[in-house]
Amino acid sequence: MNRPARTPRVPVAKTYKLYIGGAFPRTESGRYIAHRDPAGAVIANVCRASRKDFRNAVVAARNAFGGWAGTSAYLRGQVLYRIAEMLEGRREQFAAELAKEGSSKRRAAAEVDASIDRIIHYAGWSDKYQQVFSAVNPVASPHFNFSVLEPTGVVAILAPEQPALLGFVSNVMPAIVGGNTVVVLASESRPLPAISFAEVLHASDVPPGVVNVLTGRRAELRRELASHMDVNALVVCDGDDADARRELQQEAAENVKRVIERCGTDWRAERAAGPYHIRDTQEIKTTWHPVGI
Amino acid sequence: MDRPARASALAFEGGWTYSPAPESTEHVRIDERYGLFIGGEFVRPAEGRYFPTLNPATEEPIAEVALATDPDVDRAVRAARAAFEGPWSRMKPIERGKYVYRLARLIQERSRELAVIESLDGGKPIRESRDIDIPLAAAHFFYYAGWADKLEYAFPGRRAAPLGVAGQVIPWNFPLLMLAWKIAPALACGNTVVLKPAETTPLTALKFAEAVQDAGLPPGVVNIVTGAGETGAALVNHPGVDKVAFTGSTEVGKIIQRSLAGTGKRYTLELGGKAANVVFADAAIDQAVEGIVNGIFFNQGHVCCAGSRLLVQESVAEEVIDKLKARMETLIVGDPLDKNTDIGAINSQAQLEKIRSYLEIGLAEGAEMHQSSCPVPERGWWCRPTLFTGVSQSNRIVQEEIFGPVLAIQTFRTEEEGLAKANNTPYGLSGGVWTDKGAKVFRMTRGIRAGVVWANTFNKFDPTAPFGGYKESGMGREGGLHGLDAYLDLDA
Repeated sequence: MNRPARTPRVPVAKTYKLYIGGAFPRTESGRYIAHRDPAGAVIANVCRASRKDFRNAVVAARNAFGGWAGTSAYLRGQVLYRIAEMLEGRREQFAAELAKEGSSKRRAAAEVDASIDRIIHYAGWSDKYQQVFSAVNPVASPHFNFSVLEPTGVVAILAPEQPALLGFVSNVMPAIVGGNTVVVLASESRPLPAISFAEVLHASDVPPGVVNVLTGRRAELRRELASHMDVNALVVCDGDDADARRELQQEAAENVKRVIERCGTDWRAERAAGPYHIRDTQEIKTTWHPVGI
Repeated sequence: MDRPARASALAFEGGWTYSPAPESTEHVRIDERYGLFIGGEFVRPAEGRYFPTLNPATEEPIAEVALATDPDVDRAVRAARAAFEGPWSRMKPIERGKYVYRLARLIQERSRELAVIESLDGGKPIRESRDIDIPLAAAHFFYYAGWADKLEYAFPGRRAAPLGVAGQVIPWNFPLLMLAWKIAPALACGNTVVLKPAETTPLTALKFAEAVQDAGLPPGVVNIVTGAGETGAALVNHPGVDKVAFTGSTEVGKIIQRSLAGTGKRYTLELGGKAANVVFADAAIDQAVEGIVNGIFFNQGHVCCAGSRLLVQESVAEEVIDKLKARMETLIVGDPLDKNTDIGAINSQAQLEKIRSYLEIGLAEGAEMHQSSCPVPERGWWCRPTLFTGVSQSNRIVQEEIFGPVLAIQTFRTEEEGLAKANNTPYGLSGGVWTDKGAKVFRMTRGIRAGVVWANTFNKFDPTAPFGGYKESGMGREGGLHGLDAYLDLDA
């Protein structure tokens, strides 16, 4: 009997799926996109999400909204901090993934570090933006009158093509730290970090449905994001031409959706973060209460 | 089973009668014909066409106003642009503020005249135009005037710059007050404006134009163009406008949002509403009844934030509805200039027809209608205070904005049910809660998805208090610190 030959270990390739309602389903459509590295080799068969997947994700996001919006600011801050902790522990994995999609090793490592720092930045804002932007209003009648921020609701995000991880994080964090739930269409050209990041979210006490991640063709899905009647706001990052952007805004008018355009943003810049990004997906509520009547 | 007599029932059946107490129109000066206010003076419209504005209480014309067409709107926008690039944006902020203060003072000084014209032109009771519309308009200018030189304190970490020319379109329900909500923050932030008042209520805006002249504002800082929807569309779509501010129906708001797609113009929209007044069994019932009446019958119900739905807890529904009906009987419908009038004229024939069509829709949907028995004048456009019971959540009179003195009443058992019903419309402008329990007040005011929530009160407004909607009730805020945002570029 021959001894088995010494063969190199066969690596286990990851199946990249969607992230909807705290689960990792394949697209209901059964479609895929062969995702190749710059040399042309297939890295993964990425799900090509359908419009139905998007609608399912909106249902998950809407169901999660009340609970997430009702959590304390302190808790949301801790959940975001936990996301950063989880990502910190997987720096090498994410750097390798970004490199696989074409980043230099140095740039990939820097992007992962910047993403962690950005999450920490927003974790700290959880219990502070309200104090910066709310007001007690000195009305000329005997009423206690105050205005506070409340989350807009379900936010659909067309993430920037690049930087795939930092751009994703920079748009998702300000929305969820403010109590919104989101459905994100990840970078079409570099979809892998978003799905791996969903695994980080999954391990970070983010309740199911708060963040939902789709991969697929932007040109096929963007109209659905803009026109869905149960989506309250649409964040649009680079990735569409002027005609498509106009069409998105037109569709958004159907239910008076808030459209937040973040095109041409340098996501590596410090200015690409801060409380005004949180405020973009917040509503102002003014409450009147009689005094001394 | 007989219910025990309620000692707390208010005795409205006293047989009170009121002698007429009309406000004098002697001190009011209205020209026979008004031009467009462009570049600091009244000018003829390009096509030379004019249209009458009617008194809705008599159906008689009050004056003729110019119909602005594309060339007029273009001229006005150019005048505003020249004023923006000229004196207005170069002026020291404190000086700019002083001009806005002047406007506040001029409104206060002419408040009686403005109040009478507001009631003549729009049909609202003189008590409301005198005590609410005009004083609040002046207060709004006074409040924002002070912001002019303090903008750097409003937005931490950002530098604020004006946007340029603001195109503003306002409705007919609070003509001068809506003008103030639009023009005061725009000017204080360093913008210039072209404003289009509603075609049925243009007069106080034109009187305001006289005040702009009296205040010595640089020509073109404020321009007023009159006309109907086409004029508004021309203004909104003019390429020289940097920012659009609209108050009106959700239907038109969506058209505007659509038409602005891809233009890069900034916009704020203040749209319709279908607010619920939620009355709990533990509320002070008599107070709540007053609040319900104020909520839906204030300004003939021509109020975007009107409490047009009543959600009353089942155990007190009968009592609340009985008391509401009794209170409705005391409301006086009639001459807007009479100081005893509670409900004035419906603003236009078109609006009256719309309200009537909803009354028919309500009946066709199987609801039970109750109207007060008060007399109404023969001439003019009137609608008696009306309520519907036996309605369900999907009924059109529950879901759609009627914009008239029409209340749809539903009941609920648990707080959860009340909240779910309150939130179950596409709108989110306002809401009301009536209960004596403090914790319940704040649980409900947090739960209602709307931009303005009144607890144990309703329809209160103040220049320092931001106003605006969630969902399909619009975007952006007017009033308060948050109202500055709409007229500033924070990325400067």
